[in-house]
Amino acid sequence: MTVTGSRKATVTLPSDTQILITREFVAPRDLVWKAWTTPELVRRWWHANRGEMTVCEIDLRVGGKWRYAMNAEGFGEVGFHGEYREIQPFERLVSTEVYEGIPDAEANAALDTLTLTEDGGRTLMTVLVEHATKEGRDAHIESGMEDGMQDAMDLLEEVAGSLR
Amino acid sequence: MARAATTTDAFNAVAEPRRRQIVDVLARGERPVNDLVAQLGVAQPQVSKHLRVLREVGVVEVRGDGRRRLYRLNGQALKPIHDWVRAYEQTWSERFDELDVVLDELKEKEEGHDGDR
Repeated sequence: MTVTGSRKATVTLPSDTQILITREFVAPRDLVWKAWTTPELVRRWWHANRGEMTVCEIDLRVGGKWRYAMNAEGFGEVGFHGEYREIQPFERLVSTEVYEGIPDAEANAALDTLTLTEDGGRTLMTVLVEHATKEGRDAHIESGMEDGMQDAMDLLEEVAGSLR
Repeated sequence: MARAATTTDAFNAVAEPRRRQIVDVLARGERPVNDLVAQLGVAQPQVSKHLRVLREVGVVEVRGDGRRRLYRLNGQALKPIHDWVRAYEQTWSERFDELDVVLDELKEKEEGHDGDR
């Protein structure tokens, strides 16, 4: 079973059309919320070390739009955008998410639900990504695959370099 | 061969919600079919049918124990699914590691501003 205090992100597929991401943070949830919804702060972590974040726009109100983009090393510009649907500060944020790198992007939008639960100064985060179709869900996961491949290539290069 | 599609690989086999439930139960240990019937609240013929599909793709294995047949999970067969998701998980892990750094800074700032938090 999950070890308490583990700070590893876990990704599971609860159904054919869903992705569930969970992670625990050693911080109160108002700070996690702040880091998640403040552009200057999002710019510091969302890149996941895969390049530079070029766009970070957050209009945090129901019906407001967001857009994130980055220049991913060896992959080029990748962009995501969506609209906020439900906002319960520090607890719950529902928004749409369009991955701009796939054909028919708008039609394949996902619905993302962020929930934050605080317990003794720690915050459990869950992000549920729901797609209309299994194909849409699978394409979403594979958007991460490109990054993973890139990582593997970088690592390979490093290892190869050290052998010289 | 209309049902071949559901049995070709682990991806298809665990696409069915009931079969995922069976996988979850077996993840906690080896079980006879009666236990699965009781835990899932589904009739035995149904459970047996799902077990057959899971066995065909190697996700579930069976062994005889006296008169009972015990079913257990073969994690290796689920590895392709794990690998597929892992790259995506890796991106989020690194993202969250960076978020930890931001949070530590925010915590320090808060403690600086109101020490009685």
